[in-house]
Amino acid sequence: MGTRVVIDPITRIEGHLRIEVEIENGKVKDAWSSGTMFRGFEIFMRDRDPRDAWYITQRVCGVCTTVHALTSVLCVENAIGIEVPDNARLIRNLIMGSQYLHDHIVHFYHLHALDWVDVVNALKADPKKTAELAHAINPHSQRSGEGDFQAVQDRVKAFVNAGQLGPFDNAYWGHPAYRLPPEADLMAVSHYLDALTLQAKAARMHAVFGGKNPHPQSYVVGGMTCVQDLTPDRLAEFIYLMKETVDFAQNVYIPDLLAVAPFYKEWAGIGGGVGNYLAYGMLPENTKDDPNNLFFPRGVVMNRDLGNPQKLDQAKIMEHVAHSFYEGAAPRHPSVGETKPYFTGINTADKDGKYSWLKSPRYDGKAMEVGPLARLVVGYAAGHKQIKAAVDGTLKQLGLPATILFSTLGRTAARGIETKVMADKMQQWVDELLANIKRGDLSTFASYKMPDRASGFGMTEAPRGALGHWIDIRGGLIHNYQLVVPTTWNGSPRDATGQRGAFEEALVGTPVHDPKKPLEILRTIHSFDPCLACSVHVIDPKTNEVHVTKAA
Amino acid sequence: MSGVKDQVKLLTSVDRREFMGLCAQISVVLGLGNDMVPKIAEALEAAARKPSIIWLHFQECTGDSEAFLRTTSPSVAELVLDVLSIDYHETIMAASGDQAEQNLAKAIKENKGKYLVVCEGAIPLATPPGPAGLKGGYLTIGNKTGLQIAEEVCRDAAAVICVGNCSSYGGVQAQRPNPTGAVGVGEALGIKTVNIPACPHNPVNSIATIVNYLLLGTLPPTDRFGRPLFAYEERIHDQCTRRSHFDAGQFVTEWGSEEAKKGFCLYKMGCKGPQTYNNCNKARYNDHTGWPIGAGHGCVGCSEPKFWDTMSPFYKRLDNIEVPFGGVEATADKVGLVLTGAAVAGAAVHAVYTFNKKKEHEERIIDREKKEGK
Repeated sequence: MGTRVVIDPITRIEGHLRIEVEIENGKVKDAWSSGTMFRGFEIFMRDRDPRDAWYITQRVCGVCTTVHALTSVLCVENAIGIEVPDNARLIRNLIMGSQYLHDHIVHFYHLHALDWVDVVNALKADPKKTAELAHAINPHSQRSGEGDFQAVQDRVKAFVNAGQLGPFDNAYWGHPAYRLPPEADLMAVSHYLDALTLQAKAARMHAVFGGKNPHPQSYVVGGMTCVQDLTPDRLAEFIYLMKETVDFAQNVYIPDLLAVAPFYKEWAGIGGGVGNYLAYGMLPENTKDDPNNLFFPRGVVMNRDLGNPQKLDQAKIMEHVAHSFYEGAAPRHPSVGETKPYFTGINTADKDGKYSWLKSPRYDGKAMEVGPLARLVVGYAAGHKQIKAAVDGTLKQLGLPATILFSTLGRTAARGIETKVMADKMQQWVDELLANIKRGDLSTFASYKMPDRASGFGMTEAPRGALGHWIDIRGGLIHNYQLVVPTTWNGSPRDATGQRGAFEEALVGTPVHDPKKPLEILRTIHSFDPCLACSVHVIDPKTNEVHVTKAA
Repeated sequence: MSGVKDQVKLLTSVDRREFMGLCAQISVVLGLGNDMVPKIAEALEAAARKPSIIWLHFQECTGDSEAFLRTTSPSVAELVLDVLSIDYHETIMAASGDQAEQNLAKAIKENKGKYLVVCEGAIPLATPPGPAGLKGGYLTIGNKTGLQIAEEVCRDAAAVICVGNCSSYGGVQAQRPNPTGAVGVGEALGIKTVNIPACPHNPVNSIATIVNYLLLGTLPPTDRFGRPLFAYEERIHDQCTRRSHFDAGQFVTEWGSEEAKKGFCLYKMGCKGPQTYNNCNKARYNDHTGWPIGAGHGCVGCSEPKFWDTMSPFYKRLDNIEVPFGGVEATADKVGLVLTGAAVAGAAVHAVYTFNKKKEHEERIIDREKKEGK
């Protein structure tokens, strides 16, 4: 019997997550992932106006607000069978692109970097050498002169000397798993602070078309309301913010990622997890509601087999509750699921015990990983031109084979590669939008009549993975509404067959130097970018019917 | 030590300008004059020991943290490093698990009676069914319920500030039928909290509240719902950029229409501005980039208690209002025929809104005067 370690709360994530591991001979032997909060969205969605669904479901998550808003309007538009104007599609794509640039930068610097970067060690760095290092990595890196690094080091020193470490207090500084030389640490700390400022600006991109961020307020079923923002000054504001953010991504974020990765090459062999990848795809290239029109493809790759991409069949999605705080044990398709809360307290000692408010979605009976890595794996296997070029280019720069992708390091690298693909694509949408406006096309809304009865679904990709909403409308009101979200896939507990979820499987084999300071566990968990609030939800307990939804 | 400090100030002079920008913005929001800007800066800098902030997350989506972290002037880096001592905040802190819990315990012990608690998210009070069902069991962190944590941490705080509608009034999860028994922190603990509602809250208002505390040593006067008057005394409708169109009876009746392009009033699209108290249009969001009505969408009333139930469906126009002269709808439908008549009717409708709100408004003023000791 190994040592049991519980980490609760896991910090630098969204929501409430508890991780328990069993450590034997310096490695994780087994793991249990628990979501510890329940809110009941599907219960209070019932009997509301379907046009309000996007506004309510957006509150499922304050991080990917805009993605839930989008998925929800897609879902209702799919149900009532309408097509939105091209401008609405382009504005939605641009907001989505902004979300990715913002989210991946924040994840890398503010939620993940401190797992790899020792802030205290940065105080030992020579600012001149740090500037040389930054210049060698990328001569266009911003705020990376000797004086810049000196200023940051002085600032951090003054901060440490003042004795109030605030958010940096009591972390794992000095842990032997930190490998960066002081100069690289100082560079990263400096860019951590720059990214803190930059991300606030990047969020303003959403606010140009969304009124505010987080929780934008310009989506509606049928299109977008921000018709007054299609003016030269507002578009210029967006373009300016976009260029500044893209510049940061290309000249600071991605170079930093490439600079830090070589120090942690062993992490290319750790944290691979379940090895099955699922992506719903995203970003329509035209206004037709058809998965073949998506820029990022929809599909499935099983057993790391890049040579055998499969089409996604949503009928193969089943949710298990054997180890979740709900009654029952039989797996069900989300559209016929039932949920009766049954709280047993966390029980991981008993192999049949329940330990999470998350359910366990499985595809074709298999645990799946979703997220940036899954999107790249699915796109790569499908031979997607831009994804393939970006992946191959990055691997070449790192001098690593494609197999490194299936790991903790690969997951973190995938986010940077995806940022590059997204940044390159955004200019094209801006150009298309401008061309439409030049032609005098300012249309942003398609009118419709809410039917008495309809059902449908919306699927897209949150930065942290595949997101699907399902709706059933009766009497013009929401009869049933369901969400299957990224972290439910990744953070799920075991299913009825005992198969671990993606977090749990990825932790198995992770080396842990000191069980009291489980830094390595955080590395793998954070590489998924967990987002728990959306993951715990329930299906209406009264519903028990099969819904006929349109083919995926 | 002072040498290092001066050097830091010099080297971060660009940030100083941004910092003064924040002070100016706060001065506006608090309704103070320009001459107060340097005093605000001084108050923020003078604190020998930065005020300890403990930020708690309950039933929430992290939207209020996200909003807080997106303040642009000054950079949030300055706020986090130089102005406040954010001793516990699960979204940004480096420590996890046991180490994180130690930080919380330490902050409470060392700053007893002096720390500020910022709460995000509602507290579930219901008991989940099942053998381990305990009150508030729908949320546990480190084996404690959200309710237990709130009680422990808020007990010795100088003040409890609730950001967002969830911690203020229960928020999204408290809408009918409220399956987890979610309530705001004040209600859960039976204590008085300063509430900065909206969904999410505007960080300018939370920072201004903290500045008010640093500057004057007191919390700002509030209305009967615990909302600071500096931000929540006026209705959205009172200061709306589309107000002249309301008064002229010019309304949007379809998204993306010619009327929408001209910025006509959104009342007929369900705007709840006439019943919503907030300073969105004065403060705007994301460094003044926008606000919902600016983006062509009606206000949904997110700073009001129970707005999820009382203000929805969001696209249905307000109907609990007495409308003179045949009704605003009839009047608005005739816009273009008798524009002058419409304008008169619009103004009259507004007078009725005001009349209906007068009693409530008077109560708010009484609340404020009580606070100020008048």
